Amino acid sequence: MLDLTPKEVMARTALRINPCKTCQPVGALFCALGVRKCMPHSHGSQGCVSYHRTVLSRHFKEPAIAASSSFTEGASVFGGRSNLTTAVKNIFDMYNPDIIAVHTTCLSETIGDDLNSYIADLKIPEGKKVVHCNTPSYAGSHIMGFSNMMTGFMSYLTKKTGASNGKTAIFPGWANPGDIRQLKKICSLMNVPIIMFPDHTGVMDAPMTGKYEFYPEGGTTIPEIASLGDCKGVVALGEIASLAPAEMMKKKWEVPFVMLPQPIGVSFTDQFVMALRLVSKTEVPWELEEQRGQLVDLMIDAHQWVYGKKVAIFGDPDTVEGLTSLALEMGLVPKYVITGTPKEEFTKKINRLFSKYSVTDCKAKANSDLFELHQWIKNEPVDLLIGTTYGKQIAKAEDIPFVRAGFPVLDRYGGPLMPIFGYEGGIRMAEKIIGALMDREDRDCADEDLEIVM
Amino acid sequence: MDAILEDRKSQVKRSGEGSGICCERESVSGAVSQRACVYCGARVVLNPITDACHIVHGPIGCASYTWDIRGSLSSGDETYRNSYSTDLREKDIVFGGAIKLEKAIDELMELKSPRLVFVYATCIVGVIGDDVEAVCRQAQRKWGVRVIPVKAPGFSGTKTQGYKLACDAIMDYITPFAGGKKEFGVNILGDYNLAGELWIMKEYLKEIGVPVMTGITGDSSSQSLELAPRAILNVVQCAGSAAYLAERMEQEMGIPYVKASFFGIADTTASLYRIADAVKSSQARAKAEVFCKAQKAKVLPLVEKRKPRFEGKRAAIFVGGGFKAISLIRQFDELGMKCVLVGTQTGKKDEYEIMSSLLDEDAVLLDDANPAELERFLVEKGADVLVGGVKERPLAYKLGVAFMDHNHERKHALAGFEGIRNFVEELNLSMNSPVWKHL
Repeated sequence: MLDLTPKEVMARTALRINPCKTCQPVGALFCALGVRKCMPHSHGSQGCVSYHRTVLSRHFKEPAIAASSSFTEGASVFGGRSNLTTAVKNIFDMYNPDIIAVHTTCLSETIGDDLNSYIADLKIPEGKKVVHCNTPSYAGSHIMGFSNMMTGFMSYLTKKTGASNGKTAIFPGWANPGDIRQLKKICSLMNVPIIMFPDHTGVMDAPMTGKYEFYPEGGTTIPEIASLGDCKGVVALGEIASLAPAEMMKKKWEVPFVMLPQPIGVSFTDQFVMALRLVSKTEVPWELEEQRGQLVDLMIDAHQWVYGKKVAIFGDPDTVEGLTSLALEMGLVPKYVITGTPKEEFTKKINRLFSKYSVTDCKAKANSDLFELHQWIKNEPVDLLIGTTYGKQIAKAEDIPFVRAGFPVLDRYGGPLMPIFGYEGGIRMAEKIIGALMDREDRDCADEDLEIVM
Repeated sequence: MDAILEDRKSQVKRSGEGSGICCERESVSGAVSQRACVYCGARVVLNPITDACHIVHGPIGCASYTWDIRGSLSSGDETYRNSYSTDLREKDIVFGGAIKLEKAIDELMELKSPRLVFVYATCIVGVIGDDVEAVCRQAQRKWGVRVIPVKAPGFSGTKTQGYKLACDAIMDYITPFAGGKKEFGVNILGDYNLAGELWIMKEYLKEIGVPVMTGITGDSSSQSLELAPRAILNVVQCAGSAAYLAERMEQEMGIPYVKASFFGIADTTASLYRIADAVKSSQARAKAEVFCKAQKAKVLPLVEKRKPRFEGKRAAIFVGGGFKAISLIRQFDELGMKCVLVGTQTGKKDEYEIMSSLLDEDAVLLDDANPAELERFLVEKGADVLVGGVKERPLAYKLGVAFMDHNHERKHALAGFEGIRNFVEELNLSMNSPVWKHL
C-alpha cells in the first residue's frame, strides 16, 4: 500500500524525499533537556518548538518542555531582540529555571539576530544563567544542533580553577537515557569518577511519582558543566556529535580527550572499557568480563541464523556506525548504511568498517534519504532493516523484518529505558536481531518445517 | 512558581466570571505554549489530499516533523504520506532558493506525475526573497499540472492563519471548476478522516439519502475536489479550520453551509437533522429520524452499562478548536461526567461563551494554555481524565490522570455512533485500567 517508490534510481540534486534527518534546533533542545533545571528556549517562530517538543514526547513518551520567542511579523523585520528580552524575563518569572539555554532557528539566523549582544544586554537575575548556541536549520542536521548546544553551554560556563576535580568527562553523544545509565554503570564498575554531559537520565526516563516535575531531578548540573575544565580528561563518544565539544575543551582548557565511537557491540565497547582502564589503572572487573562473555556466547549460539544475512542500517551517524560494527561482528552483511546527516566522515568510517571485516558490495552514504535507501533495496533486497520508525513503510512495502533503534522511535514503548550501549546493550540488540530473523523464518516456513527446537 | 503570567491572566477565566475570556491573540514570548504555527495550520488542512505532493520549501525540519503523522486515512492514493522538501542549505540561503525549488519540482515531475502539487514556503523563504509564486506559475505552465504556492511562514500569525491560507489554496484549486450544474449532494468541510471518521459521516449521509461530493480535505483527491463546486450545501465539521472556506464558497459559489458536529449522541443527531433540513428534503429528515433512533438504541446500552464507572467523575479538555470542546462537554454530560477545565489552542470568543453556558460556574476556561497552567488546574480541579493531544498526554500521565487522545493520534474513530462506542471504551480503558493502582 505504501509502495510508491519506483525501482529505477534517478539522480536528484534538489528534491529531498523521506528525510533521514531533521533540523539543528531539535538537537539543541534535546541537549538542553539533559541539564538540571534548564529551560530550553527556541529563538524563532512558535511552530518550531511545538514540533520539537512533539517529536521528543513521541519518542521518549515523556513531557519535553521548552519555551519560544514566538516571533511575529514585526520581529522578523526588526529583529528578535525584544522577543528574547521579554521571553527571558517571563521564563525566569514564571518557570524559575536555574538556566535558560537559547538556540537559534533558521529564521533568527537568516535575519541576523546577534545573540551574543542580546544576551550580554539582558538583565539576568542573581544566580541565574542564560547561554546560547547558533543552530541554523539549513546547515548540518539535528546532530550538529546537539553538538552546538554542548559547546554553547561549555563556552559560557566552563572554567579552570587549576585544581583537578579528579573526574573524567564523558560525552555520550545523542543517546537514550538507557544508554547513559549503561555508561554510568560501566564507569562505576571501572571505578572512574565521571561528569556525564549531557545527562538525560532522570529527565527523559523520569519515574512515575504522581507528581509532574517541571524540572525532574536529573541532568548535568551547572557546577558540573563549569568544572569540565578541571577534568582529567574527556572520553568523547561518537565523533559527529562529540568531537567538536571535546576539541573545545582541549583548546580552551587543555583537557585531553580520547575520541571513540559510541560503545555499541563488542569491539566498540571494548575500546570504551580500555579507555576507562587507562584512567583508573585498575583491572576490568569480573562483572564486565562476564557481560562481555555473555554477549559473545549469545552471538556464537545464534551465529548460524545470522551469518551472511544482508541488513540495511539507517539513522544518525554515530549510532549507525556502532550498529554497523555490531552487525559485522555478528556476521551480518551491512549492504546499505546511510545517514541523512551531511557529513562525509561518516562514509569514510563506514567504508573502513567494511574493509576491516572484508565485506564487499556494500554501500555507505551520508546526506542520503529513505527514498534512496528504498530504491536500493528494491534493486537488491536485504533480509533485515535496522533503524528508526521511519523505516516501517519500507519494511512493510518490501516485507522485511525490522528492528527499531536510534532516534526517533515513535511507534513503540520502552525503548528509551533500554540500552544499546555496552555489552548489555549488545545483548539486547543481538537478541532483537536474532529474534527478528528467526520470527521471519517461522512465519515463512512450510508447516512441516516449523520447528519447536531451533 | 506563579502558574500564570501577568500577560496571560486575561486568557484564563472561571466560567462564572462575566467579563469574557481574551483569545485569538499571539502567544506571549517565553511561554511554554502548546501551540503550533502558520505552516502547521496550512499543512494539516491540505495534507489529507491523498494524491497531492506536498513540497516543503525551506530547511528540512518542517518536512521531517510533518511526515505522515496525522492519521488521515485514504481509500486510494498514498502519495501524501511521503515527505518532499527542498532541504535548503547555507548556499541557498545566500544565493536564494528559487532555483532549487524549480529543480525540485522538475525532479518530482520526472519521478511521478502528480495532478496537484502544493509548495509551502516556510519561515525564511520570504526573508531570502524567493518568488515562490513565480516559480509555481512557471512550473504549472511547464508541466501542465496545478502547482499551488502556500506562503506560510511560521511567524506570520497563529495556526488559524495557516488554516486560512490552506482554504485559499483550496479555493485556488476548485474555482476553475465552479459555475457548472449543481447536483444534489454536499461537501464535508473541516474533517480530515482521522481514524476513518469521514467515512462514518459519509455512510450516515448515504443512509439518509444525501450523497457526499467530497471531503475537504479528508480522503479527498484532486479529482474529488473538482466536484466540490457542484454541491448544494457545505457541512462544516471543524469550524476552526474550515469556516472561512465555507464563507468563501458561499459568497463565490453560492453554496450555503451548516455547522455540524458528529461527536456525541446529541450533536450527531442534531447535525444529521440540520443537514436534512438544509438540503430541504423531508425524506432525508424522516430517514434521519429513523436512523438516529435506531443507532441510539444500539449504542445506549453500552453507554448505560459503562455509565456507573464514569458518573460523578471529572473531565478536563484541552483541544485545538472551540467547536470540538463544546461537543466534548456535551458528550461527557451524556456520560454523567462533569467538565471542570476546558481549554483550546485557538478557540473563538463566541465559542468560549457557549462553553461558559454549558459549564458549572467554577469550571476553568483556558485559552492557549501551557503545561504549568494545565498542571495547576488539573490538580486544583481534581480531574480524573484529560482529553487532549500529544503534548498533553505525558503531562496527564505524570499526574496520575487518565488520558484520551482526541487529536490526530487517535487510532479509533470518535465520530458518530461508532465513535460513541469507541469514546466510551477508550475512556474506560484509560480511566479504569489497573495500572493506576500501582501509583
